[in-house]
Amino acid sequence: MDIIVCVKRVPFTQEVDLEIDKSGKSIVTDGLAYVINDWDGYAVEEAILLKERIGGNVIAVTVGSEDDEEVLRRALAMGADRAIRIDTCGRSLDGLVVAKAVAAAIKGFPLDLVLTGVQADDDNQAVVGIMLAEIMGLSHAAVVRGIEPEEGSLKVRVELEGGIDEIRQVKLPALLTIQSGINEPRYVSVMGIRKAAKKELKVIGIDELGLSEADLALATEIEEVYLPPETGGAEMLSGDPSKLARAVIEIMRRKGVAV
Amino acid sequence: MGDILVFVEHRSVSLREVSLQIISKADELATKLAGRLTAVVLAAKADFLPSDFSSRADRLIVVEDERFSDFDFTAAAEVISKIIKEQSPHLVMMGHTPWGMDLGPALSVRTGLPLSTDCVDITLDGTRVKTVRQLYGGKLFARVSFRDDSKGCIITVRPGSFPVAASCGRKGELVRIENPANLPASSSRFIEYLDTGAGEIDITQAELLVSIGRGVGEKERIEEIRELAGLLGGVVSCSRPVVDRGWLPKYHQVGTSGKSVKPKVYLALGISGAFQHVAGIAGAGTVIAVNKDKKAPIFRVADYGVVEDLFAFSDALKEELGK
Repeated sequence: MDIIVCVKRVPFTQEVDLEIDKSGKSIVTDGLAYVINDWDGYAVEEAILLKERIGGNVIAVTVGSEDDEEVLRRALAMGADRAIRIDTCGRSLDGLVVAKAVAAAIKGFPLDLVLTGVQADDDNQAVVGIMLAEIMGLSHAAVVRGIEPEEGSLKVRVELEGGIDEIRQVKLPALLTIQSGINEPRYVSVMGIRKAAKKELKVIGIDELGLSEADLALATEIEEVYLPPETGGAEMLSGDPSKLARAVIEIMRRKGVAV
Repeated sequence: MGDILVFVEHRSVSLREVSLQIISKADELATKLAGRLTAVVLAAKADFLPSDFSSRADRLIVVEDERFSDFDFTAAAEVISKIIKEQSPHLVMMGHTPWGMDLGPALSVRTGLPLSTDCVDITLDGTRVKTVRQLYGGKLFARVSFRDDSKGCIITVRPGSFPVAASCGRKGELVRIENPANLPASSSRFIEYLDTGAGEIDITQAELLVSIGRGVGEKERIEEIRELAGLLGGVVSCSRPVVDRGWLPKYHQVGTSGKSVKPKVYLALGISGAFQHVAGIAGAGTVIAVNKDKKAPIFRVADYGVVEDLFAFSDALKEELGK
């Protein structure tokens, strides 16, 4: 099975206080650590699992700068065969432009399946995967947390709301956006990443893909960003742990829980 | 000019709440825009719609076909993009749900209309539509505008963002289309729904939930929380990261993709409070949150907050209960 998996490098912002930059439209990224987008890690693992199970070839693709090659090397270390970075050539991009660029870069490749994460940790848009599928004329399904290969199709488990999953048969070639928790992404060591440096990593500029200026035009604009409003908020309890424990037991009893 | 089109979702012959939320917001926007509000329902038989539903739109387009008994992307995208092309609405709205996440980006590519996803608010600047959406998992908000919305735009709306209006008082002209012709062959086929919420315990019935999040750190330490829940007479539940890591089975999960719960007391230990989780505890009587990060979003929605290491707190609680 020929699989392409799309990955993105994102700032790690858990337990980090974000600071808005001078433009008021973005955050200060200096000093932030960068990681592979959480959902993409699951997508890469799923691609490798499928390859290990039924054979095939996995190509990891990202759109970004040289620093973003870090996530491609991680994908290669996890077991991808080769990687492609589409250089942004200094342009600002949005989801649709990224989808067009990836579609142009992989045009003509033998292809059964494209995997992406459900969304990216940074802009949380959840659009690139499905847009890419539409541009390429692939079948698609969003928010997939299980894949079972069948002849000419995949049986997929789509995560719906309220603890309900939908089982659906999707014809190949297809694109699936992968939900977290579908597998357990394998650990890769620094040594593993170094070893994977021998694998092919091709760079192609977005300006070399034959896209017109109209193709590269942005559809939306962030006018401003702001921190969440401090609405309401909890009554904060204070004291040492045993005093806190007594206070919480008291609250539970008052609220009708027999403790 | 100013017309709004809403895609209505249903599952297992039941209207989805998110669609009522969206159509309520659409009613407000359509009034301001002096435009017509059209709801599109694709179903095998649309007899599950509440009797007052037609008063929520100026026009109700009901397309009936066996293929719409469940979500059929190919047929739905074909029908809706045709309606968009025929009617050129100012704004197209649908839920940022697993189906809307499939449909929204696809319709944007097919119709050429710009898309803004997972929006938590929608405002008007004159007739121009702007959205508010969250970045970095809710740590940041962004106000977003469309660069060229002269031909319209598409928005997917986060479930729970808008209340359901009691009624809308529109005239509800019904347009029924039966078995539309020339639908392309489907690229996928519905097989079945599975309830992953079924398990040894039912967290939706518990009076006290002792709920753990990423802060628990490792699977091995969950036993300590089980002991605590046992002493308190409560049931253990959790947030998504705990299930994603395989630390607890999915039937423990509280939130959008897990279960909505309504305990008298919800004790959240080491849960940061992502919106998907918070959506699942709206029905809880009292929320007590324990987190060592004093800026954790859970403190914005909790009734009581404790800034403490969850295990230090848990040990103290056990000690007090043992006295």
